[in-house]
Amino acid sequence: MRDPLIKSTERGLYCAAGDFYIDPWQPVDRAVVTHAHSDHAVPECAHYLTTAPGRELLALRVGEGADIQPLAYGQPIVHHGVGVSLHPAGHILGSAQVRLEHRGEVWLVSGDYKLSPDPTCAPFESVRCHCLISESTFGLPIFRWAPPAATMQDITAWWQANQQAGRTSLLLCYALGKAQRLLAGLDPERGPIYVHGAVERCNAVYRAAGVPLPPAPPVLDAARAAAFERALILAPPSAQNTPWTRRFKRPVRGFASGWMQIRGTRRRRVVDRGFALSDHADWPELLAAIAGSGAERVLLTHGYAQALARHLREQGLDAQPLATRFLGEAGGEEDVHPDMSESPDDAAPDADDTRESDDLQDMLESPADERGRR
Amino acid sequence: MRSFAALYAALDETTRTGEKVAAIRAYLAAAAPEDAAWAVYFLIGRKPRQVVGTRKLRAWVGDAAGVSEWLFDECHEAVGDLAETAALLLPPPTRTTTLPLHRWVEERLLPLAGLDEAAQRAALREFWDELERGERLVFHKLITGAFRVGVSQRLVIAALAELGDIAPATVAHRLMGAWQPSAAQFRGLVAAESSEPAASRPYPFLLAHPLDTEPAELGPRDAWQAEWKWDGIRAQIVRRGGQLFVWSRGEELIGERFPELAPVAGRLPEGTVLDGELLPWRGDQILPFAELQRRIGRKNLTRTILAEVPAGFLAFDLLEHGGRDIRERPLGERRRLLEQLVTPLAGDALRLSPIVAAAGWDELAALRADSRARNVEGLMLKRKAAPYGVGRVRGDWWKWKLDPLAVDAVLVYAQSGSGRRASLFTDYTFAVWEDGALVPFCKAYSGLTDAELAEVDRFVRGHTLERFGPVRAVTPELVFEIGFEGIARSRRHKSGVAVRFPRILRWRRDKSPADADHLDALRALL
Repeated sequence: MRDPLIKSTERGLYCAAGDFYIDPWQPVDRAVVTHAHSDHAVPECAHYLTTAPGRELLALRVGEGADIQPLAYGQPIVHHGVGVSLHPAGHILGSAQVRLEHRGEVWLVSGDYKLSPDPTCAPFESVRCHCLISESTFGLPIFRWAPPAATMQDITAWWQANQQAGRTSLLLCYALGKAQRLLAGLDPERGPIYVHGAVERCNAVYRAAGVPLPPAPPVLDAARAAAFERALILAPPSAQNTPWTRRFKRPVRGFASGWMQIRGTRRRRVVDRGFALSDHADWPELLAAIAGSGAERVLLTHGYAQALARHLREQGLDAQPLATRFLGEAGGEEDVHPDMSESPDDAAPDADDTRESDDLQDMLESPADERGRR
Repeated sequence: MRSFAALYAALDETTRTGEKVAAIRAYLAAAAPEDAAWAVYFLIGRKPRQVVGTRKLRAWVGDAAGVSEWLFDECHEAVGDLAETAALLLPPPTRTTTLPLHRWVEERLLPLAGLDEAAQRAALREFWDELERGERLVFHKLITGAFRVGVSQRLVIAALAELGDIAPATVAHRLMGAWQPSAAQFRGLVAAESSEPAASRPYPFLLAHPLDTEPAELGPRDAWQAEWKWDGIRAQIVRRGGQLFVWSRGEELIGERFPELAPVAGRLPEGTVLDGELLPWRGDQILPFAELQRRIGRKNLTRTILAEVPAGFLAFDLLEHGGRDIRERPLGERRRLLEQLVTPLAGDALRLSPIVAAAGWDELAALRADSRARNVEGLMLKRKAAPYGVGRVRGDWWKWKLDPLAVDAVLVYAQSGSGRRASLFTDYTFAVWEDGALVPFCKAYSGLTDAELAEVDRFVRGHTLERFGPVRAVTPELVFEIGFEGIARSRRHKSGVAVRFPRILRWRRDKSPADADHLDALRALL
């Protein structure tokens, strides 16, 4: 029996035959990066390979000076005898699944993905493989997303009700990916939309990539509290309870995240309203993607890996949770609690600072939160 | 059902009391009175008895959703709420219904109780197919007897008072006692002020706040009446219409549990309402609360248990005198009338709560320090000039309790919580040392901040030794100071002791497990 093509190591997923890592969590020589969220892209690697549409976002995350090699979706290259190609994952702009082929064996690392429609990125592409390493963030049958259009309608109705009450709508969401997806679905005729600086930086990259987004100036450029009365503001979760939000008079707080499917999570976040809009696959999507890959062997990572693996085994698949860095429990990560990695107090960068907190970390606020582990 | 589910969601989504009152009022104003009556009934915490067992519900939902038992449990653990888990797992409905709340309750929900298992199951399948997620959540909570909503009775009363343009106290009084939801009942609830109270109806209990300042800051000592804070069951005795009613604070009629009261309380004059505490005592000795619990736990009050744990009513206030509501009169005056009334009747079953005499605050504090020996929890301080208010009025009644007993204990098991603690390990079991081993002695759920909970949660995930269903055994490493109000011997507990109201006082990061207390330290407190 030969060595597995990809192994889980202390630094992350490693392909020994090609001597490179996929989404390493420590600096390495050669990194293939599925997408630019902070739990997938670490700075200070010597060399990066990512998708062409994701290149600028990765540069924003790891620094302009980094050595980043862009690769078009579907274009194969060969490195040390390992065939490498990147395929759309439907998660955010430029997100990829990584396909590796070596001596006739095909492995696929899904990265984060979703199957539901998203106008801001290329749709998920089903790729056949022998062994699939899939995410399982929402790997329980309680997670079934409503059609995104219906959720967008709920958000619009919420905004409208807040307008009628003369109150600002503060919608918390991850600055990269979720914010742009929301923007693309909002109707700018309904009222002014403003964004936090962290969102604005990502918007700029999306716009430059040709993704149409409605006008949404940063809050900094806007006038006084009165200007926000009918407005909807998009801000990262870390902005909640910071001085930055004080400029809005009695805002109504919403949160767009898959975790809002569970009432307990919303109540813990102390937001008024939760919208279960996720950039991750829900239970039916996970099952569909796994079946579609044709994989005989499935390794699961993130979220409810154990539960999903057990369910797949009951369906006759060879499935296991993949040990990763978020250790603690044999075989994987149950560490799914969406919010506790970021207590509201920690999020305030400086209590006396009423300026916007838009440092790099904040700007690329990662869906590690959406996963609950950072 | 739809609009009631929407109200439930609205109440769940805001923490602002003003918005909650507005939402309740808007619902009640728009609803038909027979629906509004049920809504009020549920909102103030009355619930139909459980009609479907949770085990059955689990099995049937799992079946309908194609989810195996273990997977259902995983989901339940993540959600932390059975009714919600079931609502999320069921396949989406294929039909809708506009059946109003009262018909849902009267024609569907309540009759479920009389059906056999197969018929219950068939009925649920029909209902599920007509209910969307939010409605299912409410429906499941109602059929499992788990309906609770984050509003206090005070808010419901405020909404009703606004709606009927009547005094909140009137509404509160009308909500007391036994009543059946109906259109007529709801109209009566919000009708203009009038008429005599129903014969059995008690008054809303005035509740005390914990004293959070030095007593001297309350002003002159002689403006305050001091009494012991009794550790029993708060109750009202209502003597009207030739009948006797004993009400607990939970608004249950509990007269039958205390047969001792009937003869003596029956001699109270017509039109009398007493407020006080049901206590176990023998002669002049007050018995520990655990003794009373032993008696409450019995299905049948045998002659033996009545002899072992005799109980009586200790009166401390007079709310109705000669058929007149005297709650507006100052405490000093009520106390005089109470003494005149009770003193001649006083005996083993009815007594007067004595006034604790002490010249100054310091002298009072010294007496308080002695509370445990008297089997009381501390002192009550009541403003002599104050009327008997409604609910938790701040400033007139203070409870000045003893500091809790405490030991240092080690976290040994954790379980995930429910509600806003879903998916977080927040329910803990603590142990102390005995012969070189850790012996669990209590569970505690409260006392840590959210940030501390998150930290302990991470610890649990990283230090799980063993899993027993939802329970994790963890490396014994974290030490906490556990406070409790009382302690008694117990044969049901492995440790041999049972503590009352245990909670976490603080996280002893400075201590290692070896520094935790021994079981002997607990025994010493017995």
